[in-house]
Parts: sequence; structure tokens; C-alpha cells
Amino acid sequence: MDFSAINPLVLLASIMVASTPIVLAAIGELVVEKAGVLNLGVEGMMITGAVCGFVAAVLSGSPTVGFIAAAIGGALLSLLFGILTQFLQSNQVATGLALTLFGLGLSALVGQGYVGIKAPPTPDIHIPLLADIPVIGRIVFQHDLMVYFSIALIGVVWAVLKYSRIGLILRAVGENHDAAHALGYKVVRIRLLAIMFGGACAGLGGAYLSLIRVPQWTEGMTAGAGWIALAIVVFASWRPWRVLLGAYLFGGVTVLQLNLQAAGIAIPVEYLSMSPYLITILVLVIMSSNRNRAALGAPAALGRSFHASS
Amino acid sequence: MDTTLLAVENLTKAYPGVVANDSVSFTVRPGEVHALLGENGAGKSTLVKMIYGLVRPDSGVMRWNGQPYEPATPHAARRTGVAMVFQHFSLFEALSVAENVALGMEDPPKMGELSARILEVSDAYGLPLDPERLVGELSAGERQRVEIIRCLLQDPKLLIMDEPTSVLTPQEVEILFETLRKLSAEGTAILYISHKLEEIRSLCDGATILRLGKVVGTCDPREKTARELAELMVGQTLHTPSRESEALGDVALELNSLNLKSANPFGTSLKDVSLSVHAGEVVGIGGVAGNGQDELLAALSGEILAAPDAITLNRAAIGGLGPNQRRKLGLLTAPEERLGHAAAPDMSLTENAVLTGTIREGLTQNGFVKWGAARDFANSIIEAFDVRTPGPENAARSLSGGNLQKFVIGREVLQRPDVLVVNQPTWGVDASAAAAIRQSLLDLAAKGAAVICISQDLDELMEISDRFAALNEGRLTPPRPAKGLTVDEIGLMMGGAHDMEVSHVEA
Repeated sequence: MDFSAINPLVLLASIMVASTPIVLAAIGELVVEKAGVLNLGVEGMMITGAVCGFVAAVLSGSPTVGFIAAAIGGALLSLLFGILTQFLQSNQVATGLALTLFGLGLSALVGQGYVGIKAPPTPDIHIPLLADIPVIGRIVFQHDLMVYFSIALIGVVWAVLKYSRIGLILRAVGENHDAAHALGYKVVRIRLLAIMFGGACAGLGGAYLSLIRVPQWTEGMTAGAGWIALAIVVFASWRPWRVLLGAYLFGGVTVLQLNLQAAGIAIPVEYLSMSPYLITILVLVIMSSNRNRAALGAPAALGRSFHASS
Repeated sequence: MDTTLLAVENLTKAYPGVVANDSVSFTVRPGEVHALLGENGAGKSTLVKMIYGLVRPDSGVMRWNGQPYEPATPHAARRTGVAMVFQHFSLFEALSVAENVALGMEDPPKMGELSARILEVSDAYGLPLDPERLVGELSAGERQRVEIIRCLLQDPKLLIMDEPTSVLTPQEVEILFETLRKLSAEGTAILYISHKLEEIRSLCDGATILRLGKVVGTCDPREKTARELAELMVGQTLHTPSRESEALGDVALELNSLNLKSANPFGTSLKDVSLSVHAGEVVGIGGVAGNGQDELLAALSGEILAAPDAITLNRAAIGGLGPNQRRKLGLLTAPEERLGHAAAPDMSLTENAVLTGTIREGLTQNGFVKWGAARDFANSIIEAFDVRTPGPENAARSLSGGNLQKFVIGREVLQRPDVLVVNQPTWGVDASAAAAIRQSLLDLAAKGAAVICISQDLDELMEISDRFAALNEGRLTPPRPAKGLTVDEIGLMMGGAHDMEVSHVEA
């Protein structure tokens, strides 16, 4: 066992990279759930985004085009979910699960000819001055643009939900769709837009995996990241900044266990690989133990389908 | 210039299988308080939804100050000057008062400014309200203030109020009427929907009476008696439940300082509730909604467990027993929510009969349901309680509110309970079904069962109760004989003005 092989600087710096896909997917799902819709298809939308982004980036040679394609791919897949649940009144849980299975299959089909190819590189940006700060500069200010985009997105979602009228209407729809309808708000339209935003975010998260984190295409490469994103929304009690915290916590444990594996620690690898998921479950249990507080954060109309019957 | 603000002419709206409004016409003048009177299902709500732009009429026209008025959405109606206070469904519990108000406005000012205006208007109309509080923490009366202030901030010409007093204490009703009279004096027309006749007689200048979607009369309610109005509304003479008074038996059910924490974050915990109910007695429990009624029912039914000694049935401690064990011992309950709590909406009446009747009626054997016996039991309920349905194989959802209510009450009554607890037994039920349900509760008591009736309908409680107690913030007042209680005494028992001080309503 050789702990000196673990470089704490590299470890901390890689936490931000490891967490970004989950940050993106979770903040998208947070908006969807705030609008009162439970989309369990995050995993399927992520992997679809991963393959769309990878294919587009390889064909065009530009990672930017890849990310845009990933967002569109994720949004289109989520639109399918939106039409099924919002217009055809299908059950949200069953449809979301089906969406995950569909996305996994579709992405395997689309990505068939792309296994083993390397994605065009995305440059890290060196923020002048800040990047040169000793230690902190290395950990925080020398990443690719998407890392900062994901943090900015958290800030934007927080501000929109808290301060803007559209955010208020979104929360109102998720809180009590009958009342929102009675006041004349378009419940179905608002929910569709939220679902598509969630799909686009999940797509970006998937593309971050296939274009930057790995960067390659392999089948099923999201490996449960979408489910973790779903759990983190609950963990965060539907608050944006806590989503960031939860995702970084999960990313941190993931990176740490990889490093421990590399250092040859005497615990079987399987237990280490399990640890991020175990810790997520543990934290969820602790967070939910106070039922009243957990219930306060949850949108009251979450998962209930709406039909304008009057 | 004629003085009609809103004229409704020959408005018709049909839904599949039912004509909700059939050629309805009436007019409202500026400053008039106009009542729309009718039973549940008479078409009042559909009519005002058309005026508020939520529902499009099939035919007929509306005029606003003589101009054609066709609101496509509530936004359009609000821009014209129509505002509406809903009976339910229009507040968001997890949002603050100011946010709730902003959602009902066309172009709300910034939050800080809005809070200031809420304080200003609430002060001017004597409706104190804190803009920062969460609506989920407010009492029913305070919630209604939120809705009223939301309307007032938009300077409405016509204010629609859909059954506004159904959740208020008598004192709160007085404050509301004070506000409405003030508004009417300032020239705002008010369209007031209710089936409470005395209220309409004291508040309204004109009334349009609806029955089964048609206008059956217009009148000045101040010149009619409540009885005349009721008969116009129902279209028949009403039968008043009656009972012979019986000697009371032993104590059947006793609550000893029952304390219980609510499972709902916005619910009310029960605090030190004590009550004893004798065999052959009907105890009425009143109180404004949300003061612990649901929790009390859950504690009695066994959905929430309590300390074993806190609840005793025929002197046996049952606080720690679940619903089925209590049923076996003779304590039956019928909760308030028909669809989803008292009955499973998509299951047939037979299946619903099995759900609570299986223990006392012996409807299962070795884990198998005896469907023949179950069907007979369901049929006997349908017959004994005059439930209008083609047969017991129909889904509970397909029954009208009154018929399903007769079924769920009948299902418990026919199981010969020692103690029956009902919550809101006649909520949303038409007058003749309500009378039948009340009569069945009285008959049950006459046969020696103890009955606890939790309700927000004070008239109902006064009609059937031997003793009356009130829930207020989870505390139960000591019960008093119902005979001879005055409205003022009842109001005080219900918590007086319920933290609504009658503050500075100056003309």
C-alpha cells in the first residue's frame, strides 16, 4: 500500500471534472421536478446525449458542435417523455423507466461505428491571474469551460427560481397544478418546457462524459450517473446549491476510491467501487429521516398527472 | 346610459351527459351584491367559470357595460376587471403570501413594493396579513384573506365569490361581510355564490336561483323567508331528520388526554384531547377545517397509533391497535375524503364493501374472498340506503358524490358498530341525500350505538347532536349539551375570532 502515490492536488482537481456530468443532469432534473414532473429517464437522456455529442464532435471535429448536438438530442428524447405524460396522460414513473431503457438501446445502435475512436480534445482554459494562484489555482481555475458553465448554470437556475416571475410560475405549477390552471397558467406548456430543459441538461452531462471525462464512446458508459443525479435532487431537498454540494460529494468519493484502488489498498476493489453508491444511499436516509423537513422541499404535485377537466 | 355592469344572456354549456347551464340569463349592476343560489350540481360553478374565462360557453352572449364580453382566458377576464375568490384549489401552500398574490396578478410590481401594497390594502379593509408567511401556516380565514387581497389589488369592478363562508367561523363571516359591504359601497359589484340562505338574506340585494342548470327564479332575498328560498332552490319540501330521545347507556368510547403529532408538515397536532361518549349518544365535533379534524379521525380509526391508554373502547385500551383490530372490537370510521380515503375510486362497490366489511361480515374464508356474500352485502347497502347505481359491479368513481357518500356511510352503519366516527358525512352532498344520511346516524344512535360526527356544517351538528364540542388548534373544548347553544357560544367554542381580531373597519 502506498499512499504517497495519491497526489492531493490532482485528487482535488479531478473532483470537479468527475462531478460535472452529475451536476448538469441533476440541475436539469431539479427544474423538471420543481414543475411537478418526475422524469426517471435521466439515465437514458444522458447516454443519448453522450452518443449524440460524440458522433457530432467526431464528424465536425468540434467539441462545441458536439455539446450543442448533445443538448438537442437529450431535449428531443425528453420531448417524447413530455408528449407521452403530458398529452397522453401516461404514468410518469413507467414512462421514465421506459425512456431509460429506450435511450440505452438507441445510443448503442447509433454509436455502433464509433467504438474505440478518440474524441477531438477540449482545451482546458487557464484563467489569467487566478490560475496562477498556488494550490487553489491548480485545483479550481484550470479546467475546461463546461466545468464553469455547470456552476454558472446552478447559479442561474437558483436566481431564476427564487427571483423571477417565470420561476415563480414554475414553482406554482409544481406546487398545485389545479390552482395554477384556475389562475390561467398553461400547466402543460410550462411542464413541457421544463422537461425539455431537463433533457438538454442531461444530454450535456452525458456529452461531458464521452467528450471530456473519458473521452471515448462505449456502450452504457453513463454507468448509473443518471440515477445518482436523481438521488442527488432529493438529497438536495430541491435546492440548487445543495445539488452542487451533493454532486461534488459523490464525485469526491468516486475519485478517492479510484485513487485508493491505484494505491493498492488491501480492500477488495468491488467494495471500493460500491462506496460512492453506498454513501449516497446513506446520506439520503439521513436526509429523509426528518420527514417534515424533506416534505417541505418537495413540490406537492410531484409525479401527479394533470388533466384540465373543468 | 343604462346601469348594467354585466349582462348574461342565454348562456348554455353542456358536458357529455349533462347540461350544466341551460339558457341562463341575469344582470348585475355596479355596486350590487348579487347572489347565485342553488344546490350542489345546479350549475353555479360552471356559470362563474364562464364569466372568469376558464370555460367557453357553447352558446349565448355576455355583455360588459353594453360591450360584447368574451374572455378566452382568466388573464383576459382580469384585464377587464373581473376577479374571483375560489372555493378551493387556488392557493399554493409552500409559497409565501406575497408570492401567492403575485401569481394572481397581471403585472405584479417588484416583491418589496408588492409587500408594501399588501400591507396597505389589508390595513384599509381590516384584514391583517403578513406578506412573508407561508400560506401553509395560515388558518382558513387567513387564507381567504389572501385570495381577497389578491383580487382587491387589481381594483376589480366585479368580484366573484364562490362559497366563501363554508370554512369560516361565525365571527370570521361577520368580518368578511363587513369588507364586502364596504366594497359594494365603493361601487364594486359582487357575485356571491352560496347555498346558505340566511347569509344571502343579510348580504345580498338580488338573487338568481338555479336548479339543474336552469334559472328557476329571481327575487329580492330580503323579502323572502329562508324557507321560501330553500324550496325554490330544492324544488320540493324538505324533510327534517327526527329522533326520539333515548336514555344513555354506559361510556362506550373514551379519550384520555390524547396527544398526537400530525404526520403532515402543515397539519395540526392533537393536544390533550379528552372526551367520553356514551352508548346511544351523538356527539358533534365542530371547528374550522384544519384544526385537527383529520388527525382526530386518524387517531380514532387507528391509522395513527396512540398510547394504548389514551383511547379506550368499552373500557378496553385500544390506542395501540390498528384499524382492523379496532373494527373487530366494534369501532368503525368513515373518513372525509370519499374518493381515495373512504373508497377506492376505481374498484367496484362490491370490492369496496369487502375492504372494510370483511372482518365483521365474515366475507373471507382461509384468505379467499367469498364473492357471493360480498355482493349480497353490497346489495344490502345499496338497497337500505337508496344508493342510485345500476349495480354493485360499478366502480365507486362512477357514482355521484351524494350516492357514494350514502354507500360509504351505509357500509359502516350496516356492520352494526358499537361506535361510529364520521368526518364531514354530508360534505358536497345534495339536501335530500344529506337528510337521509343524518337520519341513518340518528337511527343508529337510537339502536344504542355511540356516534361521533365531525363536521364543519354547524346546522348539521345542531340538528343531530346531543352534545357539541369544538376543535381549535388541536385542542378539544369540553362538550356542552347542543340544545340551547347560541351561535355566539358556538363561535367562542370554535376559537372565537381565531386570531382574527376585528380590527379597525372604518367606513
